[in-house]
Amino acid sequence: MADDATRRAFLIGATSLAGGLITVLPVTDARATPETMQAAIKKVIGSAALRKGKVTLHLPPLVENGNSVAMDVAVDSPMTANNHVRAIHVFNEKNPQSNVVSIRLGPPAGQAKIATRVRLADSQRIMAIAEMNDGTFWSDEVDVIVTIAACLEDPV
Amino acid sequence: MARALINVPAKAKKGEIITIKTLISHEMETGYRHDNVGKAIPRNIITQFVCTYNGLEVFRADLFPAIAANPFITFQTVATASGKIEFKWTGDNDFAQTESVNITVE
Repeated sequence: MADDATRRAFLIGATSLAGGLITVLPVTDARATPETMQAAIKKVIGSAALRKGKVTLHLPPLVENGNSVAMDVAVDSPMTANNHVRAIHVFNEKNPQSNVVSIRLGPPAGQAKIATRVRLADSQRIMAIAEMNDGTFWSDEVDVIVTIAACLEDPV
Repeated sequence: MARALINVPAKAKKGEIITIKTLISHEMETGYRHDNVGKAIPRNIITQFVCTYNGLEVFRADLFPAIAANPFITFQTVATASGKIEFKWTGDNDFAQTESVNITVE
């Protein structure tokens, strides 16, 4: 009986070990996920609160070609020495990397308004965050539908 | 030398907010693509763009692979004095380019 018990214990141990090994297998995905976007945002804002407002992020709601998408960000701020935007950060959910662009500016800008062209790998949510000189963070989000993806396709 | 296009008004009134548009020809290879034999194409992007107005930094952008090829950046600045506005792009593989324009402020 004692032998049987050890055999059973051994088998149970072996199966749970195998099960353990299977679950430990790494799940690799080349793409950023909403979680990695949150992590990238955390890196910038730290423990500060993120509030909605002041920022206007504009992207076309439907994009035919993700290789070049016009994007503009404007932040409502007088841009004076006492009240200005210190930085604008843009993040994405599903490109291989969560960061899109990080901009530093100050009172010499006169107006916190920027425009550029971005790549989008998939239909996703884009978020712009503005850092004010008083240490507060404001954000805006836009959902974009992309029909032809960028970044991952191979050259022909 | 990459070709750069810069649009700055030649003349401005003092205190006026001017719009600066810049575009530089660069492939902005993401580093996430593969060639026809499956080999990874190394990343080659512009990582930073800085604009200085008479020596004072007015705008700085850190670029990531999510910026489209031929980076186009538009921003604003207050016309304070006549002088030189300088633009500098730096990136992978020791990419560095500087351009400048003159502005007259009345």
